[in-house]
Amino acid sequence: MSIEVFYSIMHWTVYIMIPLIVVALGGLFSEKSGVVNIALEGKMILGAFTGTMFIHYMQRVWEVQIHAALLLLLTLLIATLTGVVVSLAHAFASINLRANQVISGIAINMFAAAFAIYGAQTIIDTQHIHFTNVFRIESVPLLGNIPFLGPMLFRNTYLTSLLGIVILAVAAFVLYKTKFGLRLRACGEHPQAADSVGVSVAKMRYSGVIISGALAGMGGMIYVVPVMAAFSGNVAGYGFLALAVLIFGAWKPQRIFFAAFFFGLMLSVASQFSGIPILRDSGIHANFFRMAPYVATLIVLALTSKNTLAPKALGQAYDKGGR
Amino acid sequence: MNRDGFMSFMSSLVVLAIGLLVGFLIMLISNPSAAWEAFRTILTFGFSEMRSIGNVLQGATPIIMTGLSVAFAFKTGLFNIGATGQFAAGGITAILIGLNFQGTPDGVRILFALVAATVVGALWGAIPGILKAFRNVHEVISCIMTNYISMFFVVFLIERYAFFPIENRSASLPPNSNLPTFGLENIFRSEFIRGSGIYRSSQINIGIFIAIIAAILVYVILEKTTFGYELKACGFNKDAAKYAGISQNRNIISSMMISGALAGLGGAMLYMSGTVHMGVGNSLLPYGFTGISVAFLGLSNPIGIIFSGTLISHLFLGGARVQVLGFPLEVVEIVISVIIYFCAFVSLVKMFLGKRIVTWFKERSAPPEETAPAEEPPALEEPTAPEEPITDEEPTQNGGDQA
Repeated sequence: MSIEVFYSIMHWTVYIMIPLIVVALGGLFSEKSGVVNIALEGKMILGAFTGTMFIHYMQRVWEVQIHAALLLLLTLLIATLTGVVVSLAHAFASINLRANQVISGIAINMFAAAFAIYGAQTIIDTQHIHFTNVFRIESVPLLGNIPFLGPMLFRNTYLTSLLGIVILAVAAFVLYKTKFGLRLRACGEHPQAADSVGVSVAKMRYSGVIISGALAGMGGMIYVVPVMAAFSGNVAGYGFLALAVLIFGAWKPQRIFFAAFFFGLMLSVASQFSGIPILRDSGIHANFFRMAPYVATLIVLALTSKNTLAPKALGQAYDKGGR
Repeated sequence: MNRDGFMSFMSSLVVLAIGLLVGFLIMLISNPSAAWEAFRTILTFGFSEMRSIGNVLQGATPIIMTGLSVAFAFKTGLFNIGATGQFAAGGITAILIGLNFQGTPDGVRILFALVAATVVGALWGAIPGILKAFRNVHEVISCIMTNYISMFFVVFLIERYAFFPIENRSASLPPNSNLPTFGLENIFRSEFIRGSGIYRSSQINIGIFIAIIAAILVYVILEKTTFGYELKACGFNKDAAKYAGISQNRNIISSMMISGALAGLGGAMLYMSGTVHMGVGNSLLPYGFTGISVAFLGLSNPIGIIFSGTLISHLFLGGARVQVLGFPLEVVEIVISVIIYFCAFVSLVKMFLGKRIVTWFKERSAPPEETAPAEEPPALEEPTAPEEPITDEEPTQNGGDQA
């Protein structure tokens, strides 16, 4: 295996793991507040939909010339806002109406997948939203020239990779070092206790779900930028994969990082399969690598679930009378 | 029909109407001039001719099966969103058997394919069941994982053993491996041009009858046998069931296996129809998710599901038709997603309707009736969570500090 293949695998690992981290953190905020969020996939899709549509219009219709980094930030902002709007539907159903959170999540996923295609067909007459990738950074100044580490981490990279790491640090800080984070977690562990000391469970859960929507929407866009030339209404199940990252990472930010790295590596190897002679000739199908994250998560679930690490009130609508 | 049943039926209709309305509004926004025509097509096309009716019934077959699968699990307190994976597992089993074993008589091979697909579906469904029973893993999470594992494995099997590379899909079954039609296609057919004498037949086969028989069987198991009663008891109140000496673990696993078997059989029937093939793209099949809306619209009642499945299939056929008018097929999926979303709080709709009907009855000075208890487990006392004023007190230090 040549060193170029190794670098390429590492680049793809980063492209895959960064959105997984961001979206899994989105799931973390929602679940820590006590709301199951299997709608991550749908929020990613809609975030990527509005985001790529914006880039498409900026580049090909309005032909506005702005700096690539600025365009990327604006796009991420739009994707984030989209995620927030979508998450309100989920929050309303699961907090105000105390509906079944899984059903609402499934509905949002289905709606997103259908709407992204319907919307693109209606607006630009094709389901594929093309955009020009102007965001790639060939080599980070100075850092890109470090031997080994430079080509591995600081070439062919994106601003979003840095952003993902920053979000990870901020999320860990907010959850574990602030008053807000403590209250949020309290609502997911024992909402009655939180309520009894004057924390509004509804408000905390709304915050959790909205943050989750914001990160998932942004994560959808972060996923699409490096790996696609056109967005076609799906994010390849990464929303569900992020859910697996969340579980594999035991609902903890630092473990989520390693879970995302492991999953990213597996998928990266699968995507580079034909470039790796040992694997290509081994007779193993690339899909076994794609399957690995899900199998691993299932095994982890089977091993840990007796004393589950999930928030204790996860998925239960808060009932004031249940104190 | 008793009063509660009537109320549930009405709430289903309301949810359906809301879904259709949203679909209509979306079409109205995207193309006002053609929206009404398109909406009318979606509603009526499926009934317009014998051929369409045949195709509606054919399209209903797989989603009735996944609907039954979801409903069976739901009745026993489990949420099987793994129907998609079980469906695919059954489908690939049927494809592999149909492509091979050419020496055996057609009838034997077809029956073998159906039975094997059912068994494989059951085994695949057993995995979340076993994990739930013995390891306390939530079935929704394990079903998500098994769905993707199934998808990747099925694609591997297709590429290795049943590949048709030109169209990048599974190989077509030889016609003698498909489900027989017993002349149904000559009933459900329409003249190409009126009076021409040239007929176009529909894609119907005996699958729809197998689906109806399956629905009746599910009804009998759930309503007329001790086994079914025990399963439902576990779903209704697991602690009470345990107290009554019902083995919970055994019931969870049996329930998931039956649920998986229904989905697996559905997969076999779809791919043995000679019209649909499995792709090798990395995306989940939609049938399991459509099954969720079929199950909820059919009120998780096996007989209701025959009708809701037919209705949804009817919408899909109409949706395929409106592509002619320039609307993407996805509009039907939007309608279905809205239906599912509102199903999430269908008990609320029911309560609202209940109040309305009670007042209506009272105004007509009918004798007051006692309110029947809602059937859905999440009973709602008040529709909105009351807002609490926030105080700025610090929560106690160990409010959420956990491992």
